[in-house]
Amino acid sequence: MAQVERLAFMGDEAVAYAVKQCNVDVIAAYPITPQTIIVERLSEYVANGELDAAFIPVESEHSAISACVGASLAGARVYTSTCSQGLALMHEILHAASSMRAPIGMTIANRSLNAPLNIHCEHGDVMSARDTGWVHLFANNVQQAYDLTFISFKVAEDSRTLLPVSVNIDAFVLSHSVEPITPITDEDAARYLPPREYEYPIDPDRPITYGTMALPDTYMEFKLQFKEALDRVPEVFEEAVKEYEKISGRRYWYYDSYGIEDADALVIVLGSTYGTLKTAARKLRADGLKVGVMGLTMFRPLPEKELVKVLRNVKAVVVMDRAYSYGGLGGPLYTDIIGVLYRNGIRIPAKNIVYGLGGRDFKLDEAEAVLKMAEKGAREGGFDIHVDWWGVRR
Amino acid sequence: MSAKSEVQKVLKGEFTYKTLPMSAMILSPPTSPEYKTGIWRVKKPVIDESKCIRCLLCWVYCPDMAVIRLEDDHVKIDYDYCKGCGICVSVCPVKAIRMEEG
Repeated sequence: MAQVERLAFMGDEAVAYAVKQCNVDVIAAYPITPQTIIVERLSEYVANGELDAAFIPVESEHSAISACVGASLAGARVYTSTCSQGLALMHEILHAASSMRAPIGMTIANRSLNAPLNIHCEHGDVMSARDTGWVHLFANNVQQAYDLTFISFKVAEDSRTLLPVSVNIDAFVLSHSVEPITPITDEDAARYLPPREYEYPIDPDRPITYGTMALPDTYMEFKLQFKEALDRVPEVFEEAVKEYEKISGRRYWYYDSYGIEDADALVIVLGSTYGTLKTAARKLRADGLKVGVMGLTMFRPLPEKELVKVLRNVKAVVVMDRAYSYGGLGGPLYTDIIGVLYRNGIRIPAKNIVYGLGGRDFKLDEAEAVLKMAEKGAREGGFDIHVDWWGVRR
Repeated sequence: MSAKSEVQKVLKGEFTYKTLPMSAMILSPPTSPEYKTGIWRVKKPVIDESKCIRCLLCWVYCPDMAVIRLEDDHVKIDYDYCKGCGICVSVCPVKAIRMEEG
């Protein structure tokens, strides 16, 4: 592990720096508002000759992801970035990218979708892309946004997976906030991600037809293949994080956690709110409250086995969602967790906190209140209501 | 594996999800000649040779290359692939083609 300087970066700058070190071949982007600085910085890297890549400025997000699919099938290492409305415009091709097995790295700075017009932090954009068959990873801080960029390409391009991977960073909270990070060296980056090898590149001497039609007699067979590719993500992910730990000294896993070893009450969350909850939990632990916090790093595929190991040992769980499944049972993570509980025979009370929509802040005293509520639920063996829209003026 | 045997296996149902190529890629093209799209047809075009003036408009317009050009510039229909769209009927300037049942 080489010694490197610490750098102060905004989250989006840190991601751009990582993408440069990943030595991508093609970047296709349409940076419509709302955006981050990611592709702007990458275009500078390319223009300055610091990154030898084709930068394709296309005419829409739909075209951006389409160009990425083609470049990926040609065998290139491919990257793009988007958020909210841009991700929604990509939606059709998100399905094509994954089911045509085109590995792509994409950072999503999570923001709300219209209407009302808002652009602030929320997970509603990626949750609308939940079932597209992409691998969805979530960063808790800027260092993770940087690190997961490398890990995402390692997972995406493995011959066992060949799947697009999104790294989700909370808009503004991570994308536009400066934090210190410790990067890896360019040499370590090059060793971790050598030039991509691909068995089926577009090659005039060996023609292949991609994206064909499959009628009812074969369609389900192809979709089961695809489903099993996602089932193989955990083994590839575990190897990828182990190797990354060797060069960075930082250990990644399906989740980050605090205090889960002996917790009575568990709070599960995605993204930067994990840090707020962890700070609050530390204080409550000092007061003797047995609370634990989990920040899921891998949301899709959902790491059911790992979740079960933790959920079996707690008395109550509160799931925090920065998105809502309108017309459904609650937030998308909550419905996942109650599904995991039910089909694994774990009968503990579970509550959903829907918070922070459209960028509403979730502060330290609120984190404390949620943890105390979880602890009360564990002690009393139940919660008053299933789903609570946190802090809404009624 | 040749394109022909690959397609024949699928058509006969001799496959599982594990034996199919990844993501419906076709690794040994062309496979489309093996897929006889003529079975989609409801009505078929029939040419009246006595009226044909060998203008070849039907040959040009057929979207499936199912009108075959013969050496003397007469034409015949390839019923393996003709889907019965009737474009040849509508472009024929001398009404030498008509649609029939079957």
